[in-house]
Parts: sequence; structure tokens; C-alpha cells
Amino acid sequence: MNEPMLLAGTGETPMHETLAAGENFNFAYLDERTKRMIRRAILKAIAIPGYQVPFGSREMPLPYGWGTGGIQVTASVIGPLDVFKVIDQGADDTVNAINIRRFFERTTGVKITTHTSQATLIQTRHRIPEDPLTEGQVLVYQVPVPEPMQRLEPREAETRILHSLAEYGLMHVKLYEDIAKHGHIASTYDYPVMVNNRYIMSPSPIPKFDNPKMHLNPALQLFGAGREKRIYAVPPYTTVENLGFEDYPFEIQSWNVPCEICGATDTFLDEVITDDAGTRLHMCSDSNHCEARQNAGGVAP
Amino acid sequence: MSPRSFSTPLLRVHGISKNYGHHVALRSASFDLWPGEVLAIVGESGSGKTTLLNTIAARNRPDQGRVEFAVRDGGLQDIYAMSQAQQRLLARTDWGFVHQNPADGLRMDVSAGANVGERLMGLGHRHYGKLRAIATDWLERVEIDANRIDDTPQMFSGGMRQRLQIARNLVTQPRLVFMDEPTSGLDVSVQARLLDLLRQLNRNMQLAVVIVTHDLAVARLLAHRMVVMHRGAVVESGLTDQLLDDPQHPYTQLLVSSVLQP
Repeated sequence: MNEPMLLAGTGETPMHETLAAGENFNFAYLDERTKRMIRRAILKAIAIPGYQVPFGSREMPLPYGWGTGGIQVTASVIGPLDVFKVIDQGADDTVNAINIRRFFERTTGVKITTHTSQATLIQTRHRIPEDPLTEGQVLVYQVPVPEPMQRLEPREAETRILHSLAEYGLMHVKLYEDIAKHGHIASTYDYPVMVNNRYIMSPSPIPKFDNPKMHLNPALQLFGAGREKRIYAVPPYTTVENLGFEDYPFEIQSWNVPCEICGATDTFLDEVITDDAGTRLHMCSDSNHCEARQNAGGVAP
Repeated sequence: MSPRSFSTPLLRVHGISKNYGHHVALRSASFDLWPGEVLAIVGESGSGKTTLLNTIAARNRPDQGRVEFAVRDGGLQDIYAMSQAQQRLLARTDWGFVHQNPADGLRMDVSAGANVGERLMGLGHRHYGKLRAIATDWLERVEIDANRIDDTPQMFSGGMRQRLQIARNLVTQPRLVFMDEPTSGLDVSVQARLLDLLRQLNRNMQLAVVIVTHDLAVARLLAHRMVVMHRGAVVESGLTDQLLDDPQHPYTQLLVSSVLQP
């Protein structure tokens, strides 16, 4: 059993017992030279906030679209003393999150947590935790489409020129179209941002509710796109500005109901259908935040 | 001497040549273009018209020769000595380029309003209401019904697309527009309206135009001056009427005599 078949869907594989960290494969799965190559890309990305750095994306033991970019970034920066958390759409207990967490648990043996404040390294799919991040924490995003202009300008050679010359009229064409069609800027996720007053960046498909959290965030934010082979970064305390028009500025979503489990009114809510009759429930998408509030006693009926 | 005065050409083309391997596409072409002037480049297919146009529009670097443009802040400048950023800025502010096929010059899947507003947004306009007002104004100027502002060019007829492409180019008040066969592919009545429109814009905006066409009627109607190309070389140039009424070069004579009379 040399091949680490780590992402089998069932919870109990015999390997779980037999494989200790580093025993049959390298620490964090990737070989050291690959990690070094990815770290070089990450350093460059940090040096040029928002710039998409190409890297030699490796084949991972899971399909594209499941977080191969994020996993490679995580594998390159994780160390034995890290405390690791994975969220998928805000939740610690969804299939994607559980499997990625277990992957690194087995391949590194690092401490695992669900508490945002205790984690030193958080890999995320499509959310930024509700609890504020702090200095020293690293947030790794999984990115499906790193190029914010791809839908409008399919030629990559051209989008690279547009980035290099900071010709970003195209991004506002997209927002203009939204207003012309819907009367307001209808993009609710993957809302384009201007990083450090220089590069337009796709924040990965996080809801635009989370966009303001990126601005001047004390944590290091890394973005990995496995299929597109790009890494980019927002270093701590970097300006992240949301695009908009003077008469149609950027706005975040709001709900007219609180979370029905913890009563929070300031979080991003998921709408969950609870039975066949179509009964709906609004609850926090950040499971850890919601749980903490419940334990602290801020519970709704 | 101000660059806008009529004593300086707007564009000076000096001895440009272009080869594709052994094939000579363009052989030492030279001409001057003055502010507000319409210059037609005529010739048969494969004579180098489009190569000449692309070369003077900073889209295709010539092997030899210089192309100089009178920029707004300081005289004639070699466009191929400029940085790519300067060239592109020039191309989307002071220049326009109207393609033969409107789909090449338009974004076919975004609305007419956004097509017209794109250059302005690129220059930093960030007020939706104002952008829309400008787009409405321009649609009316090119005779497109203002209530089509949210339709995509895919829903437009060929003539409307071509006029939209012109509006998209003129919104930044350029001083020079390059046109590559803008009227071919349109039926005659639509062609006539478009030519009318171009004449009007040329007069009202003091717009200089370099227009490539194989249609001598278009040249006669629009152009002040003409250059005739044959096998990559300029064989004759001069005032349009003079050239069409009294062609000197054998090829020009052939060209003029080939026009069908209805």
C-alpha cells in the first residue's frame, strides 16, 4: 500500500490506522522540490499583491474543482506546528472540508481545529470566517477562475496585456451590464476587487458580503487555482477596494431575518429547506461562529 | 506651431515597407494626412491596402520607414517609438478603428450602451447615469433608436452594427479614424445612409479619416484625396476628383474604367 488513497469517500479506511504522518510519503503529500517551486510563486505573489503568478500545478489525488489549487498552496506552507482548519461554504462539516482536513491530518499529523481563532492556517472554499482574523494567520482560498476578465475577454494573451497596462475599462463594462439589465449590480459573488490600487483581482467565489473583510486584513491571504495554474496573494494590511459606480456603489447583501439558530443579525445566512413542504430556515453559513454563539447563550427560541 | 493648426500634418507616413517572407506586401509608401481630411486608399484585393492601414494604425510594425502622429501635447511623434501603453492609449482616445466586420470591433454580447461607454470607463468615468446619457446621445447621433440602448449588437442589423461601431469609436472625440471597408457588406440604401453619416461626422467633428475601400463610388463621395495601390506600392495619389476624372497610371485607368455604370 504505497499509494495514499486518501480521499475515499467512506470515513473508515484501514489506512487511517496504518499510515502515520511522513511514513509512506512526504510531509504534506507534495515532494520538497514541488513545494519549493510553489513557495517561490507564493513569495512572488506576495511581493506583487493581486498579480497572478503562474506555477507548475501538480496532479492531485482529487479532481479539479475540488480545491486542488488551495491544497497545493496549503501543502507548501503548512508546517508541523500549524493548527489547521478547513471550511467549505463556511462550514467545517461538509464533505469537501472533512476530506481536505483529513488529507492533511494524515499527511502531516498537524493539530486540527474548527475554531477560527485557534487556527494558524485556514483553507477555505467560498467564505471568509465571520470571526476577525489576526496577524500570523494564513487564509488559503480555493479558486476556480483566477482571471476576473475571462468572461468578457477570453484571450488570455490579451487579459495579461490589460493587467500589465492596468487597462481596466472592461471590468466596469461588466458592472454596467448588470445595472442595465437588473437595475442594480447583481453580481453577488466573485465580485471584482482592486488590490493595492494596482491589480484587479477575482476574490474567488466568496459572497460579496465577505469582500470588505479582505480590506486591510491582518492575515495573509493566499489564492490557489489548480486547473488554471495560478497563485496570487493579498498580504496583510493591503487595500482591497470594491469596484462600483459613483451612483451605484458597492453594497453587501442583507437579510431581514436573524439566524434562526443563534440569533445573529450580522452574519452571512444560508437558506436551508428543512422538509418536503418547502419550509425554510435561515442559519449562519459559518458553522463555527454559530456554534460559539449558541454556547455563549445567544440562542433564539 | 500648434499641432492642431493646418500647417502641420496630423499623420505623416514616410517610406514604409513591409514584407511577409519573400512576399512584398508594402513597398515604400509615403503620404501626409491633414486635420479634418478624408483620405481613401483604393486598390484591388491583395494590393496591400489593409497592410498599409494596419501599419499606420500601430497594429503592424513596418520593416522600414516611419509613421508619425501629431499628438495633442507636442508635435509629430514616431508611433513605433512609443511604448505599448502609449500606443494603446492613443488607439482608444485620439484614434478610432472601424472594422469591416462589426463583430471584430464590437463586443457582441454586451449592450449597445456598454459598447459605447467602454472607452470612457477605461478612461475613468465612474458615473452610470452620465455614461448612459452620453451613450444615448451617441446612439441618436448615429441614428440608432435610443430605446435600443440595452439591446446587444447581436440583435442589430448589419447597418446598425456598423453605426454602433462608429459611435463606440467616436465617443472619446478622436481626431483620426481608420476605416477598413466600412460599407462593404451593406446593401446600397444602408450604405448611402452610412456615407451620409460619415460625411456629417467628418464635417462636424473635424475628423480626419483614412478609409480603405475597393469601391470608387465611396471614395468619390467621401474622400478629399486618394491613394491608389497596386502590388504593394502607391502608384498614384492626388485629389479624388482629379484622379478619378483624369487617371494617369495605367492601373488607375483600368480601375476607373472597371466601374459598372447602372
